[in-house]
Amino acid sequence: MISLTSPVETRAHAWPAGAKLGGLCLATAALFYLDSLALIAAVAVLILTLYSLPGRSFMASGLRRLARLWPFLIVVIAWAAIEGRPAHGLGIALRMISAVALANLVTMTTRLTDMVDVVAFLCRPFRRLGLQTRALEIAIALVIRMTPVLLDRAEDLMQAWRARSRRRPGWRIILPFTLLAFDDAERVSEALKARGGLISNKET
Amino acid sequence: MERNVAMIALFAALIAVLGLVPPIILAFGVPVTAQSLGVMLAGTVLGARRGVMAVLLFVGLVALGLPLLAGGRGGLGVFASPTVGYLVGFPVAAFVTGWIVEHWRGANLALVAGFAAVVGGIGIDHAFGVVGMAVVLDRSLAEAALLTAAFIPGDLLKAAIAGMLTAALARARPGSVPSRANV
Repeated sequence: MISLTSPVETRAHAWPAGAKLGGLCLATAALFYLDSLALIAAVAVLILTLYSLPGRSFMASGLRRLARLWPFLIVVIAWAAIEGRPAHGLGIALRMISAVALANLVTMTTRLTDMVDVVAFLCRPFRRLGLQTRALEIAIALVIRMTPVLLDRAEDLMQAWRARSRRRPGWRIILPFTLLAFDDAERVSEALKARGGLISNKET
Repeated sequence: MERNVAMIALFAALIAVLGLVPPIILAFGVPVTAQSLGVMLAGTVLGARRGVMAVLLFVGLVALGLPLLAGGRGGLGVFASPTVGYLVGFPVAAFVTGWIVEHWRGANLALVAGFAAVVGGIGIDHAFGVVGMAVVLDRSLAEAALLTAAFIPGDLLKAAIAGMLTAALARARPGSVPSRANV
């Protein structure tokens, strides 16, 4: 499973993930307290400059992700314009772009393994309370591994449908699909048990 | 234990796949992804506790940067965008949906599951979604609700489908629907 981390290596890839996440939280909170349009616009320009630093292909993939906001941008700007306060709408729109762009930047420059490490670190106090964090770690790995497997199963089902019907496969496909997922879950749990289960001796 | 973890993980993957397969065309030609249907099913099929864990796992992996949301979206940006409320509301929606299915046992399962999906998957999730949209877009709650009203008909249809599918699953594999396992 491919994560949304950018394949373009940037200097920020090497920064500690926890620091990036903490910085993102602070920056996003601060963004919501900015009121002056000039300041908000300056922040937006600054963030877009950050996108341009690692090169063209990094910037293009970043902007493509931002482009998905367009319906909201139109609504916000048009609505405020109709109400006669276009500057207000522009401010909201720019703030939204900045917040999403900044968050995407962290995702694009942080590897999945580093993110999972942060989760494991945050879980440590719970482990001391006796919570099974190993189950969570295995569950994360299972989802990453099984999503493509289930996607293949869904595609097989849709092909089988198309071979027999002229209509498009509709929601009816979800029932056999869920049954297949149940069977897989059954087999996966057998396999987990066969390999010693979730309780590891090392942790106790 | 192993069975629960496998079931929760597989359901999280199932929610992801339902958002990634080509949009399913509903009755009146509106393409809607089945992702929120997956969240409803997590509640009606797995029940409150396991349902909420499956959905939390899914939402958590989206935050970690996996493109599991409909249309291949994901990453932290989604949590700053206007639709953040729907995502945050997903686990609560699954919990409420599952709780209703677990506690209302007298009636027909399709009916109960459909009703639970309406309350949890639509009522609760839209409540979170509207608040999120109102905050990010700086609008009043009523104005934000207006913006999201267009999705309610499609969601009602999904809730009905969730009800029928849950009953069909319980028939196809008696005992495989953990929310009703000991009926």
